[in-house]
Amino acid sequence: MTLPEGTPETNSAAPAAPQELTWKPVVEEGPPASPMFDELTRQRTKEIIARYPQPRSALLPLLHLVQSVEGFVSQDGIRYCAEALELSTAEVAAVVTFYTMYKRSPCGQHLVSVCTNTLCAALGGDEIYRRLSEKLGVGHEETAGEPGSPGSITLEHAECLAACDLAPVVQVNYEYFDNQTTESATELVEALQRDEKPHPTRGAPLTDFRTAELELAGIHGDLEQSVEGPSAAKETLRGVQLAAECGWVAPSLPAEPPALPPLPEKK
Amino acid sequence: MTTPDPLTPVLTRRWGLPRSWSLETYEQHDGYAALRAALAAHPDQIIQLVKDSGLRGRGGAGFPTGMKWSFIPQGPDGAGAKPKYLVINADEGEPGTCKDIPTMMADPHSLIEGCIITSYAIRAHFCAIYVRGEALHCIRRVQGAVNEAYAKGYLGKNILGSGFDLDIVVHAGAGAYICGEETALLDSLEGRRGQPRLKPPFPATSGLYASPTVVNNVETIATVPAIVAGGSDWFRSMGTERSPGPKIYSISGHVERPGQYEAPLGVTLRQLLEMAGGMKDGVPLKFWTPGGSSTPLFTAEHLDVPLDFEGAAAAGSMLGTTAVMVFNETVSVPWAVMKWTEFYKHESCGKCTPCREGTYWLEHILHRMVAGQGTPEDVETMLDVCDNILGRAFCALGDGATSPITSGIEYFRQEFLDLCAAQSAVAQPEQLAELTGVSA
Repeated sequence: MTLPEGTPETNSAAPAAPQELTWKPVVEEGPPASPMFDELTRQRTKEIIARYPQPRSALLPLLHLVQSVEGFVSQDGIRYCAEALELSTAEVAAVVTFYTMYKRSPCGQHLVSVCTNTLCAALGGDEIYRRLSEKLGVGHEETAGEPGSPGSITLEHAECLAACDLAPVVQVNYEYFDNQTTESATELVEALQRDEKPHPTRGAPLTDFRTAELELAGIHGDLEQSVEGPSAAKETLRGVQLAAECGWVAPSLPAEPPALPPLPEKK
Repeated sequence: MTTPDPLTPVLTRRWGLPRSWSLETYEQHDGYAALRAALAAHPDQIIQLVKDSGLRGRGGAGFPTGMKWSFIPQGPDGAGAKPKYLVINADEGEPGTCKDIPTMMADPHSLIEGCIITSYAIRAHFCAIYVRGEALHCIRRVQGAVNEAYAKGYLGKNILGSGFDLDIVVHAGAGAYICGEETALLDSLEGRRGQPRLKPPFPATSGLYASPTVVNNVETIATVPAIVAGGSDWFRSMGTERSPGPKIYSISGHVERPGQYEAPLGVTLRQLLEMAGGMKDGVPLKFWTPGGSSTPLFTAEHLDVPLDFEGAAAAGSMLGTTAVMVFNETVSVPWAVMKWTEFYKHESCGKCTPCREGTYWLEHILHRMVAGQGTPEDVETMLDVCDNILGRAFCALGDGATSPITSGIEYFRQEFLDLCAAQSAVAQPEQLAELTGVSA
């Protein structure tokens, strides 16, 4: 083992004067503005930023906006957000890589998410995922078909999608398809591949991944139309229905709100 | 005091109505009457009312809501002079939990009305509703409700002529369970990685943009209009002394009729199972969670535990989010625990070492065990790893990750050991015997 001159304790050897270094970035920074982000997108960007007391709060919605344009978040998309919010690309990239919903490679026309958390998995979610994976010939976060082309599908296994009373659940572009079986999920995917748009169990008519991402950015088309749909799944209403059948009610509310407690004395 | 009925629909009472999410339906069924009453009062009276009601946070921790609001500094100096914020935690993602999404889907105006009353009470003029990104239709419904409320003068400047101003922004998350932790949620809302903050300082003094902030769960805030409308005595006529009020119990899994059942706090699984039609196809119950996967498992011996904050804790678990996941005898406990551990490992934010490394190794050990390649020693190793996470992690995610493992081993140790015995060769037979002897 060879030791450097001197010892750490004494540090006797005078360190050589550091040479003048010029730092060269490994990756050349591309052109600052991508033609992907047109005037409309720039206008929407301003709208989104204006919603918040501080601009940086707009970063998550802006990344959804980028996905609505690109179908994923590219280096270009990262630069776009960085410029819009006066952040470094490193700061934006750190956020992008943290969140599951920001995809780092181009997505299909549709994103199919199969819940494989414990409860859904026990009721068939694992089997659904396995079957879809075989059918599409892809694994987690991989795309069957040319990304973005009609009928292309990105598959993922998802964590709990908060619809456990309707397990097993599958989402397409974050719209719920409840109470799935391997057969129904296979039919769903086949329909998507034929460029059909099966209606979700709850929610608005199916669009595509990019349109869903635009809505997640808070840019809604015709919201008065898209909010329509059932109030709740029939399973969700079972408690309400049972109560009605049995005549069970909460203690009745007074006709007028009762007097509020007096103002507490200042300490 | 008379005993309330087995089910007491308060939050869920409008869910079955046609177009229940619309302002029109909401107004026809008491909607925004509580807001008018609240705006006529002094903000501190609202805080006192909610304190008197005994309402406790519905997001899992059960912290008294009125007390949380009273921590917000008021007055012209210091922190009191800063803007105040209300942030709604609608990032529902605890495995098994499915109450906030139906609430926002079927009755978003109860949340909006609650937001306005709460903001008035804590003197906030900006409120953000942080909705889980995967809940797209909820986001539409909540945004639609916000738009309707603006159009009707319930939001914006000088609400109903009271002089009070409030803006609400609906903010979509991006798929990170950790953002359900309130300080991680605040970091995320500030456009950062959703990682929990060191506490103190608490959000009450140093929350969003380092300003006083209340973070409350959807169900908590959606309950507020009913408390204003009914008063604290009415609210306390349901539930127990220390856990008053109604609560949405989400029953899922191997039962005949899974769904949402709103009952007074303190209901038991035996009662809930009866209402949900019993175990599916009569296959007996094996294990269940009282409030999501982060609450230690219960078994058939816990059928009569009162499901309120005190009852669940006294029996060795937690009430959590009242996400009652029911599993029958066909489900392997080590397998279920492995699946949950995969979840915690995936969702660990990586900020603190015990959770990041612990969940990583726990997942590896469980994969090995479930594949039949574990050793009895692995059981002890897992308990040791859990011991090094519990109470040593930055936030409750780490603690939650240990719950299924430690409780699974506590009640079903033999099942873990049987996996080892299934191997062709047992590495340390003498230890296996010793451990088997220990198991209850």
